[in-house]
This record gives sequence, structure tokens and C-alpha cells, in this order.
Amino acid sequence: MRDVRLLAETFVPGPALTDFTRANPDSGGVASFTGLVRPGGGVAELELTHYAPLTSSAMEELAERAQLRFDLDGVLVWHRIGSMVPGEPIVLVAAAARHRRDAIQAVDFLMDHLKSVAWFWKRERRSDGWRWIEPRGQDHADLARWQ
Amino acid sequence: MVTVLFLGPLSDIAGAAEIELPAPLDWDALLAAVNLNTADQLREDRVRVACAGRVLSDKLALNAADGDEVALLPPVSGG
Repeated sequence: MRDVRLLAETFVPGPALTDFTRANPDSGGVASFTGLVRPGGGVAELELTHYAPLTSSAMEELAERAQLRFDLDGVLVWHRIGSMVPGEPIVLVAAAARHRRDAIQAVDFLMDHLKSVAWFWKRERRSDGWRWIEPRGQDHADLARWQ
Repeated sequence: MVTVLFLGPLSDIAGAAEIELPAPLDWDALLAAVNLNTADQLREDRVRVACAGRVLSDKLALNAADGDEVALLPPVSGG
């Protein structure tokens, strides 16, 4: 099974993972990663915009690539858009598999690729106003791990 | 008409998130229709262009028809 969503409202990872685990009753394990809006630096709010015609299909294709590359029973990719506060979940990725290594590696693979396939732009609000977040060189290094 | 979307930080530079331009729209007509700062940004390799839901491999070959949506895509944010 594949569960890919762009969410405009906040979500709670725990119940989502419980449901995902129930939906994959034959799996030997579920690995997951929850990304949070990083606290600190005086950031009061994070806003994430995207381009829907490209982002939704790209996230679906990425989830499918993970399923082809690893031996998975199910994969979940949820990403927030819109306005968030520090500490709030921004991304949830989970993989269910017969064996742990497929699940753990699939989660790592999905997180490294998510930013390169999906068109997301972030800006932060501090006391002095809004500021766009620049691209980051580390993202390319993260991708090179899988080539 | 062609709808042109300025995504991410490009919307601040262009002073709008969206404009409508006459069809057909090619690359030179697009550059001529935006302000100078925006045109400079669009010329940079790191800004990609999507037309009708597909990212163009060569943005100079842009040829948008009536009803198409053109999205101007600056590099995505890190973090």
C-alpha cells in the first residue's frame, strides 16, 4: 500500500503510524521518521509553499521508486504545507517491511530524495520580518549517497 | 491568455505571485513582460520553468499556448 499526502493542517504522527501499522498486518517491522520545524534562532513561524502540479505527482513517483528499490509492504509519505510553528511536525515518512533493513533504508532514501523531487519553498518569520530560506549544499551530498 | 506564476522568493522580486500574459508566449516575450530584476533571475540556470505541468529541459524553448500555466521555479529551500 502507498499513502502519499500533502497536508494543509497540522497532524499527529502517533495515530498515523498506528493506522499505518494496522494497514500492513504481514510486516515484520515499521520504520519511520518525523521531521519537526526546528526550534530556536528566534523563528516564530515557518511557511512552506509548493507547486501542486509538480509536487503531488513527484511525491507519488518517489514513493513508488522506494517500493521498487526495497522490499516493502507499505510506504507512507506525508508533508505539510502552509504555516507552522517551531516543534510542529512538517514531514512523516514510514515504511513497513518483512525485515528491518528494507524499512530503515527506505525511510532514509525517502528523506534524502524528498527535497530534490518536490518543489517546496520555505520562509521564516522572525521579529524583523519574513526571510526566504536558501538552498543547501548538503542536500546534494545526501542524494549522492544513493547513486 | 497564459497564466504565469512566480514561485517562492521570485514572487517578492516580481512584486506579484501571478500575472496574465497574451498567448502564445515565448521566452523573449516573458522576459520583456517582467521587471529587470526578475528578468535577471529568470536568465540564471538555477531557475527552472514548467509549462502545462511539465518542467522544460530547455526553458529558452518556452512556447506557451492559450490556457497554459507557466510556473517559474527558483531553487528549493534547504533545511
